[in-house]
Amino acid sequence: MVKNAPEIGDYKYGFHDEDVSIFRSDRGLTEDIVREISKMKEEPQWMLDFRLKSLEHFYKMPTPMWGGDLSELDFDEITYYVKPSEATERSWDEVPEEIKNTFDKLGIPEAEQKYLSGVSAQYESEVVYHNMEEDLEEKGVIFKDTDSALRENEELFRENWATVVPPTDNKFAALNSAVWSGGSFIYCPPGVKLDTPLQAYFRINSENMGQFERTLIICDEGSSVHYVEGCTAPVYTTNSLHSAVVEIVVKKDAYCRYTTIQNWANNVYNLVTKRTFVDANGTMEWVDGNLGSKITMKYPSIFLKGEGARGMTLSIALAGNGQLQDAGAKMIHLAPNTSSTIVSKSIAKNGGKVSYRGQVHFGRKATNARSNIECDTLIMDKESTSDTIPYNEILNDNISLEHEAKVSKVSEEQLFYLMSRGIGEEEATEMIVMGFIEPFTKELPMEYAVEMNRLISFEMEGSIG
Amino acid sequence: MASVLEIKELHVEIDGKEILKGVNLTIKQGEIHAVMGPNGTGKSTLAQAIMGHPRYEVTQGEVYLDGEDVLEMEVDERAQAGLFLGMQYPSEISGVTNSDFLRSSINAQREEGDEINLMQFIKQLDKSMEELEMDTDMSTRYLNEGFSGGEKKRNEILQLMMLEPAFGILDEIDSGLDIDALKVVAKGINHLRGDDFGALIITHYQRLLNYITPDNVHVMMQGRIVKSGDKELAERLEAEGYDWIKEELGIEDETIGAE
Repeated sequence: MVKNAPEIGDYKYGFHDEDVSIFRSDRGLTEDIVREISKMKEEPQWMLDFRLKSLEHFYKMPTPMWGGDLSELDFDEITYYVKPSEATERSWDEVPEEIKNTFDKLGIPEAEQKYLSGVSAQYESEVVYHNMEEDLEEKGVIFKDTDSALRENEELFRENWATVVPPTDNKFAALNSAVWSGGSFIYCPPGVKLDTPLQAYFRINSENMGQFERTLIICDEGSSVHYVEGCTAPVYTTNSLHSAVVEIVVKKDAYCRYTTIQNWANNVYNLVTKRTFVDANGTMEWVDGNLGSKITMKYPSIFLKGEGARGMTLSIALAGNGQLQDAGAKMIHLAPNTSSTIVSKSIAKNGGKVSYRGQVHFGRKATNARSNIECDTLIMDKESTSDTIPYNEILNDNISLEHEAKVSKVSEEQLFYLMSRGIGEEEATEMIVMGFIEPFTKELPMEYAVEMNRLISFEMEGSIG
Repeated sequence: MASVLEIKELHVEIDGKEILKGVNLTIKQGEIHAVMGPNGTGKSTLAQAIMGHPRYEVTQGEVYLDGEDVLEMEVDERAQAGLFLGMQYPSEISGVTNSDFLRSSINAQREEGDEINLMQFIKQLDKSMEELEMDTDMSTRYLNEGFSGGEKKRNEILQLMMLEPAFGILDEIDSGLDIDALKVVAKGINHLRGDDFGALIITHYQRLLNYITPDNVHVMMQGRIVKSGDKELAERLEAEGYDWIKEELGIEDETIGAE
């Protein structure tokens, strides 16, 4: 039933300007391509072996038959590796008007728009990043792109690599393991608590890759990290598949929050595997926003392995015309006194489909464990639909589980009430929708919350029938 | 010049059933009118139809505000033109704080670029809430969510005080209130009383009118105003009930559809 499925991050990566070699892999995935990727990155033998083994799994494993319909996804039509310098060849004229208009509405400066569309690299944030980097280095924190981490911190890297999401987990995890490139690597030493969020936004001019990125975060004992990635601007790409893997290790007493907002162009299959292992008294929180894409299948999961470990997944999904957001969460309670919370908010409009798919598992040792699940769906019109598919597995009787699911509409009464105070229909609808996702937006860093609200407001335009 | 709200020969249907069968009523600013009557006689329908609730269909008649055709206006335009409906069952809206809602409402009625100053807003809000004896946390709570019946009613009056409309239509604003809350609500309405404010108070109890003295009292039965008078009419209704009116007019069952 509920299996972990895949997708990807919309990073704002930069480019190595000293590296001018150009390579674009042929379409279709072969062993040669995997070897070529590994060779170009000058990877150690063990990583090449890992990639090749993963490729075998990818070939062998079936495409999931549940969730979204992936039958139109043609693995032979996908380019598996694009050398960064190549990516800049796209011209501004090729970027669809629709995307440009959205940028304008969001008030994104043109230089940034070009960067986001893959037309140009963005270097302005470099200084900010370097200042931050120095401060982090002093504390012993490692924050770099995953490729660099493999080169520069191999021992630590190898010790944790694929320990949380093995290539055998699912077809898309296997694919990512075979052809991964880019992503973030974070290590936070014992007891180090970072007050400001680490943002992928600043980690630029490393290596551009957004398609099969791989993120690995290790929060050592008693440390605290908040990582933020993505942005609300739509990510324009000609590639139709994004399949990322995010692995997080939260050790004893450590805290990690991973905040992401993704807004994909609506031709994209967004299939991501995200998973965390949490040791005793550790805390993991996924704050996950999904907009855009053709099909998103994403179920951030948390394995509560140590006594007293806590997990939270707070997510929103918005599906418009022709889109499916199949999203949810997995909480696997494996130790006593563990607790978890899932809050899922979905909005379907203009014929969009949203599904909550979740799994909560209480193992035999998970005595006195608690889980609280709340799924709310807001349906904007008669054409849109929603599903709630919860799966609970309980192997001991000393647990507590609460599940609340609500499906609501923007009601005539609510609209009438707001409008009777002089508020226009469009603004009134927007207020109701914003109110609905407020439990999510209030958890975002300020600038993201502002962007998020602007984006939702933009998405809601013209959705009043 | 004082504004005038004119209701002429108003017929209203809900789900194909005629509820109002020709209501005539003229309210000038500075006046407080009470519409009384037993349950099921069309009082609330009158309030909802004036404000433009989508379920209430006007099949005949006119409503004018200073000569402007109210029935041609959208709900928000009616509010902007100066009408306010204090609702019997206010909606709950999660995630939207009371104060954000109030500020949006005030700004919706002002020109763009002329939004209310935040400090001024807060000052005015604090003052009004104090007058209505509302807990200060009510402004940061989500709009009506988890409010008790009495809190919701006070919140309606708070909005009335903050928005200062030309006309307030108050639909059973007294229902479900204990005597202390009733006094507070009446205080809020009396606060607005003056040359710039007119009100249509809908109630089926006379007790609210002990605290708000109406200039005119109308009795509704069978979807029409069947009798009008001054405050003494309300007092007589309090003392004797509605039976004498029914007798006088030869009405056996005052509810709609019973005639």
